[in-house]
This record gives sequence, C-alpha cells and structure tokens, in this order.
Amino acid sequence: MAMRYLPLTEADRAEMLGVIGAASVDDLFAGVPAEARLSGPVAGLPMHASEIAVERQMTALAAKNLSAGSAPFFLGAGAYRHHIPASVDHLIQRGEFLTSYTPYQPEIAQGTLQVMFEFQTQVARLFGTDVANASMYDGSTACWEAIAMAGRVTKRSRAVLSAGLHPHYVSTVKTMARFTGDTIEAAAPKLEAAADDAALISAIDGATSCVVVQYPDIMGRIPDLAAIAEAAHAAGALLVAVVTEPVALGLLEAPGNLGADIVVGEGQSLGVGLNFGGPYLGLFGCREKFLRQMPGRLCGETVDADGKRGFVLTLSTREQHIRREKATSNICTNAGLCALAFSIHMTLLGGDGLARLAGINHARAQASASRLAQVPGVRVLNDAFFNEFTVILPGDAREAVRALADRQVLGGVSLGRLYPDAEGLHCGLLVTATELTTDEDIEALALALAEVLEGVPA
Amino acid sequence: MNAANRAGWRPEMSAGGTGCESVTSSGDRGLMLEEPLIFELGHKGACGVDFDAPEGEPLPALSRFLRKEAPALPGLTEPETVRHYTRLSRQNYAIDLGPFPLGSCTMKHNPRLNEKMARLPGFADVHPLQPQQTVAGAVEAIEQLGNWLVTLTGMHSVAMSPKAGAHGELCGLLCIRAAHEARGAARSVVLVPESAHGTNPATAAFAGYRVESIPATADGHVDLEALKARLGPDVAGVMITNPNTCGLFERDMKAIADAVHAAGGYVYCDGANFNAIVGKVRPGDLGVDAMHINLHKTFSTPHGGGGPGSGPVVLSEALAPFAPLPFVTRDADGAVKLIEEEHAGDEHPQTFGRMAAFHGQMGMFTRALTYILSHGADGLRQAAEDAVLNANYVLRSLEDVLDAPFAGSGPCMHEALFSDAGFAEGFSTLDVAKGLIDEGFHPMTVYFPLVVHGAMLIEPTETESKAGLDRFIASLRVLAERARAGDESLKAAPRLAPRRRLDETQAARKPVLVWKGDSA
Repeated sequence: MAMRYLPLTEADRAEMLGVIGAASVDDLFAGVPAEARLSGPVAGLPMHASEIAVERQMTALAAKNLSAGSAPFFLGAGAYRHHIPASVDHLIQRGEFLTSYTPYQPEIAQGTLQVMFEFQTQVARLFGTDVANASMYDGSTACWEAIAMAGRVTKRSRAVLSAGLHPHYVSTVKTMARFTGDTIEAAAPKLEAAADDAALISAIDGATSCVVVQYPDIMGRIPDLAAIAEAAHAAGALLVAVVTEPVALGLLEAPGNLGADIVVGEGQSLGVGLNFGGPYLGLFGCREKFLRQMPGRLCGETVDADGKRGFVLTLSTREQHIRREKATSNICTNAGLCALAFSIHMTLLGGDGLARLAGINHARAQASASRLAQVPGVRVLNDAFFNEFTVILPGDAREAVRALADRQVLGGVSLGRLYPDAEGLHCGLLVTATELTTDEDIEALALALAEVLEGVPA
Repeated sequence: MNAANRAGWRPEMSAGGTGCESVTSSGDRGLMLEEPLIFELGHKGACGVDFDAPEGEPLPALSRFLRKEAPALPGLTEPETVRHYTRLSRQNYAIDLGPFPLGSCTMKHNPRLNEKMARLPGFADVHPLQPQQTVAGAVEAIEQLGNWLVTLTGMHSVAMSPKAGAHGELCGLLCIRAAHEARGAARSVVLVPESAHGTNPATAAFAGYRVESIPATADGHVDLEALKARLGPDVAGVMITNPNTCGLFERDMKAIADAVHAAGGYVYCDGANFNAIVGKVRPGDLGVDAMHINLHKTFSTPHGGGGPGSGPVVLSEALAPFAPLPFVTRDADGAVKLIEEEHAGDEHPQTFGRMAAFHGQMGMFTRALTYILSHGADGLRQAAEDAVLNANYVLRSLEDVLDAPFAGSGPCMHEALFSDAGFAEGFSTLDVAKGLIDEGFHPMTVYFPLVVHGAMLIEPTETESKAGLDRFIASLRVLAERARAGDESLKAAPRLAPRRRLDETQAARKPVLVWKGDSA
C-alpha cells in the first residue's frame, strides 16, 4: 500500500526482496510461528486516513475540553499556567533538537549536551545546590528518587514526609516504598494557617534517612526549612526539599541555601504547558559529595582530541545501561525536550527576570486573596503564601468547583479532590494566580463564587 | 578575541592539526559555528521578557522567607536567545537530517501533524485537575489510544500513566508483585535473559526482586531448556524482549509463557521492539501478561534528545486488577470513565497505587493517537513489514563485508546485527561508528547487545527510502573494508564533525557538571 509516511514503492519492495532472496515479505516473518501470525490487518480498527480526516477527528476531541485559556482560571496544585514566550516553542521544534536521540555520540550531539550542561547549571543555581542532573520524568518521581538516594547515602530506610507534601507525591512514594520495604511516615494535613514544622521535627528520629518538605507546601504555606534542616542534620538525616512551583524561587530563598541536602521539583512552570498532566520534567539537585549516588543522566565538560571544549554524558557507571541491576535508578529516557524548554524560558528571564515574574505572581495572588475574602462565607486560611493559597468555604469545595465550572469558571482545586478520605479538609479550595490572571478573572471568580455559595442556579 | 574563540579554536591548534582544518580568526568555519555558554554570553540587565504588571510589596508574613538576591543566572534578549539555541541545534544530528539507525531505539520520521494536534489548546492548555465535566475530550483521547493499544496487542487492559519505557517496566513488575501478594505468595526472583536491555535488570531490582540471568542459545534466542530448569516457587516471573535485542523473534515465546504460567509465574514482555510486529503479531496470543509500549519508538512521538517518552503497559486479565491509578475504563453503558483515588475503593480496589502525579504523558498520547489514526490498521501493518524489509535489505547487503552472527539462521526482524569479527588487529566497532559520522550518518547502536562481540545493531525503520538506504550501505561497506584492511586514518574519525573524539575519562575522573566561570 501507499501511505504518506512510507517511502518504499511497490517497485522498491520487489527489488529489495530480490536482493534479500525472499519471495515475499511474509517469508521475512518466517521466524514467527505460523499460528501467531495474523493474515491481515488487526480486525475492528479503521484503515489509514488523510491529514485532513485525522485533523478533523483530533480537533473534535480537543473541542470537548474547556481549555484553561478560555475561562477565568485558578488551578495549581503542582501544575501551573504561566505565559510561555513564543520563541520557546519555536526553538524546541527545531528538528535538530526535536528529532535527535539521547546524546550517545557526543561528536554530533554537542547541541543537546551543551543545553544539558547549561540546564544543570541553571537548576543548581535556582535551587542553591552544588550540582543538578539532566532531568527526571516529573516532580513526583523525582521525589521518590530523592528518598531512595537518601537511603543509599544514610544507609537508613525511614523517610518522614511533611503533611504539606502533594498527596499525589505521597501516593507515588508509598507505592514505591511498598515494594522496596522503606518505611514512610506521612502525617495527615490539617487546615491551619501555617505549616506545623514542630510536629514534623518531632517525627525525626535516629533511624530517619530523610525529611521531605514541600516548599511552598500543598496549601500554599511556607515551611521553615532552616529549622527543619537543623533538626534533620542533628539526627543524621538529610533534608529533601520539594519545589512544585519553581517560579516561587524568584522570591523565596533557595532551599539549598537553607540547608536542604537534596532539592527536587517539578519544572513544568517554566517553558512547558499544562498538557493535562504531562509530559513535565523532574528537577534534581544535591550536594556535590552525594554525586555518585545521584540518579539519572549527567552531562560533564571535557575536551576533544584537538583540545576544544566539549560535553559528554558522564558518571554513567551509576546508570542502568552499565550497572544493570546495581544501578542507582532504572531511569533511561528522561525529559530532554521539556528540559530544553525550561532552559530556554529561564535564559529569556535570567535571574532578575525570574525575580520580577515571581513578584508579579505574588501580587496577583494577593489581589485574588483580598477579593475572595470579601465574598460572604469565604475565609482565607494562609498567613503567608507565594502565588497559591487556601480558602475555606462553608461547604464541600468539590461541589463549588463543579458549580463554578457550570458557569465556565475554573475556580481552583478542591482539597476533597486531592484528599477524598479526609473529610475535615473538604471545605478547602486551593486558589492559584499567576501573571496571566487578570483583574477581570478575579472579579469573575468572586462573583461566580458568591452566586454558587448562595445557591443561585447557573 | 570573542567568547566563541575562547571556547573553540585556539591558535596553537593550527600546528599539528588533522590537516583538514581551515584556520579562521573567529573560530567559526563557514556554516560550522562555535557557540559559547549562556553564562559567557549573558550580560547584566538583559531580559527576553517584558513585564506589564506591577509587583507590589511582599506580604509581611513572607519577609523572613525572602531571597536575599536574585538567582545568579544570566538573561538574554530574544534575538540573542534565538541565535544561541539555533546555533547549538546545528551541532546535533537528527532524523530530520538523515538516517538514524540506532538499533533498539526505532528512530523513525516524526510526522509534523502530530506536533500540530498536540498543540491544540483543547489538549495542550488543560489542567490535570480540572473538573471531569471540562475534560471529556482528554479522557476520551486517552481511552481511544488505550483501545488501539489493547486491540493491537490482543491484551485485556492498559495502564496509561507510566512516563517512559523503564517506568512501564516498573509498572508491569509492580503489577506482577501485587498479583503474587494478593495470592499470599512471596516470590523473590525475576529471570532476565543476558541479551536484555539494561533497564530490565535495573527495574527488577528497583521493584525489590533478585535478578538471575538466563543464557542465550548459539543462534541468539532465549535458552528455553535453561529457563525451564530454573523455574520454581521462588520465581515471580520472566522479562523477555520480543523481538529480542539480536533482532530475532523469540519463536518459543508461547512455550516460555506456558512453562512460566505452569510454575505460577508471570511473563513480562519488553515491547521496545514492537515496531517489528505491530499489526502482524499480537503478544496477547503468545501468553504475555504485561508489556510496555514505547510510544516514542513504535508510535513515533519525538525522542527530543532524551525524552519525554511514554510507556503505557498492556495487561492480561490476570494482572489488570492491579493496574495503577489513574485508570481509564468504560462503565457498563460504554461511557469513558477516569478512576482516581476518590472512586478506586469501589471500582478498582486492588490497584497497587499511583506511580506518578497526574495522568501520564498526555502530550505524547495525542501525538501517538494522531500517528495511529493516520496509519490505521493497514498502515501500521505495512510499517512493520517495511521496517523488517529494510532491515533484511541492510543485512543482506552487508553480510559479505561485516560478520553477521545470526544471519545464517534466516531473516532478521526490524534490525540487523553485526559483530567486529574480521576487523584488523586494533580496529574496533567504535572506529566504524565514528567513521559513519564523517560520512554524514548517525552511527548504529554499538556494543549492545552484550552477547555479541563488538556488536553493531542497525535499525533502519520503515521511513528510510531505498535510495537513502543504498547511500548508507555504500558508506558502511567502505568503512567495513577500511576496518578489515587496518586503515589507520579511520582511527582519527570523526574529523569533520563539530567535535573530534571526546575525552570521557577526564570527564568522569574530575566531573565538571556546572559552570563555575564566575566563581573567582
């Protein structure tokens, strides 16, 4: 058959079969037992289609979703809607980036490798860590990898998670720990104005490998990392800081500067869109002394045979393709193109631009909080927040979110969606504002929420 | 001297160079452009983003958390940024430039319609935690893709959330482990053939299993008798790659599966090489219990220089109840439904839990679905046939100059495997690979699989034309002859690439992983 992505013609196929010495293509499948071979296309599936036809089908599917840009939008909780400069998406679609492989042949992959080196430097400086790797799948899997690494470093297997750690991250960690035998202590979150650092500190003991703290936390509160670091280190444990919103580090002190030994995060906020949850990119930085226990790909500087500076993948003796079952992680393909997008966006911003962007996010969130506090029955929980905060509603916030969506307002993430089993949290609604949040959006949310709480039908 | 000059060419290199270097004062040579690091280019105060909103004062309660100074990162304006990354991009080889015959990696053309569809705001600009009433199309797209994967593989269900192939392997093994635990039987060993990709043993170890190796037969297949002899009540399962990394179909797959099932174990199939058999063979017919599918291989989502990948796992009826959350299914009325923690207790109670935040690699799902709809059942089958045809054409066009250890036993599947037997003393697979770079091709996979000495694994894929293959074959024939004849000049390859061979020992001995040029 002829099809737009298949260059071989029938004449080519016949000529090639002649060279091979086979009578038909089916002869080439002689190694497959006859009873396992299908005689024709798999039944019950449509045949090939033109670009026009496929475009119609996909566009129709996409049209069934309410896109974030077409409604007042206030969701966060680990995925954030920021403006992505046009040049980012243009550059990541350069075929030389988009259609290249993991840089195993460094002489013809210096573009990817230099980007990795620049990315590692950007992440390390953002996090305040000595080193960073070339990316993980996402924030949640990076979080588990940090706990596994802390276990290797401390030779202990009890991780203490802060009550403010994203519940999906907690679930991911618990899934893995169930199979590795690690002990995970995770306290239930409470609707309190500030994170309970004292309770977290009191959970640290001599068997603890690490304390895992989200910064800012799932309700938008800011834990005191320096105090937690001190307590962790006194017990011989490591502090793992988790940053789900890297833009916050334009305003807040870097976790590495506050004593965190490993800093991981979700890098989606910069350069990568919402994409209904993926692909995103995991960020991973740590102290240099733990380098050989790090998971994932690392790019290092070296020279070529002419003495020119160049970059290669390095320290691969930690990795699965060399160490097999003794590797520090099984990760192979990571999030290269998302890391490129993150790096380009960060390059456009620079440190000063990131600080300004963070300041604007914070200002938009303050404006949102002030306005929502005026809605009858609504109370803002947090003392301090960056661009995300929790409001308390008189009833179950899940119902309010659905009722807001009926009014074409995407009003936030209900804590009930995140914590279905914790009834005490169900009145909580997480609200996020970014540089994309307009005064009109804020007013629309406030008015719609007032109506919803009064029981006005949509 | 500009920064590029510092980074690249230096005057002392003109003496004793390779003889093919044209010396310039800039360090650049025609269209071969050197490029400094952003940290060497950036200048104080430069920014590629204009802001139009006021910042205001931070909340008083935030004051003790504020950063003392902005991160020490340079900014670049948009023209500088575009030029920096465009210049860097030109130092990369890519499918868009020519054949990329990395065995086991399936580097096929990436259709641009896939990129366009993935960027529709209805897919790209949707938050993973939006209320379900606003994301019906996204859930339906996941379900549609899942249905294709299940039907093409002849399996029962699919777990869509794994983020890449290795993550999919982990998903499959965790399903196996959960299934054994549900039966109250703790098993401790997973059997992995010695030809397996490194992620297989690494994943089994990560899932808490002890890994034992199964030998290969002389003709490159899993040794069925050795495997049967090792089965027992401690073996949780086996991980088999099919077609295997030698480019051969494991013809005993059904017998392997029957033996493993009889011993109470499960069969994991590494689906990295599914491209060879999609539309031709359904792994479910061969007794497979779990198999990951690399959407970034078989279904052509772009590899992006190292990801993102996507590794949905198709599951047998026995393992489906343990699939991770979120899980997409259909209810009795046929309506698509997304099961998360909120309803898992009633509708998916045996799940082993969540493997990652959110739903998986949606951006890859939309690309893969676009690819699949474009090809259809007939086009996918044709793609597998052309991939196998191209690989056999390469095999038979080179076997007189390169040793092909398994060519005597019949056709290969989608990749052709050669060894370094017959090269002159001191010449290696690496020399041939680097020679290909000078010829304008990306090298094949080298030194893998480990069961063949100096392995060269060539996977042309179905998107190479015959003319393109002929050019590649002609170049590789010349290189093979040079390696056999002991042509010393081959050891200097590559000489024409942006860099010559790089000193990997130095990189590992004194790792420099971040730029420190400003820390005097």
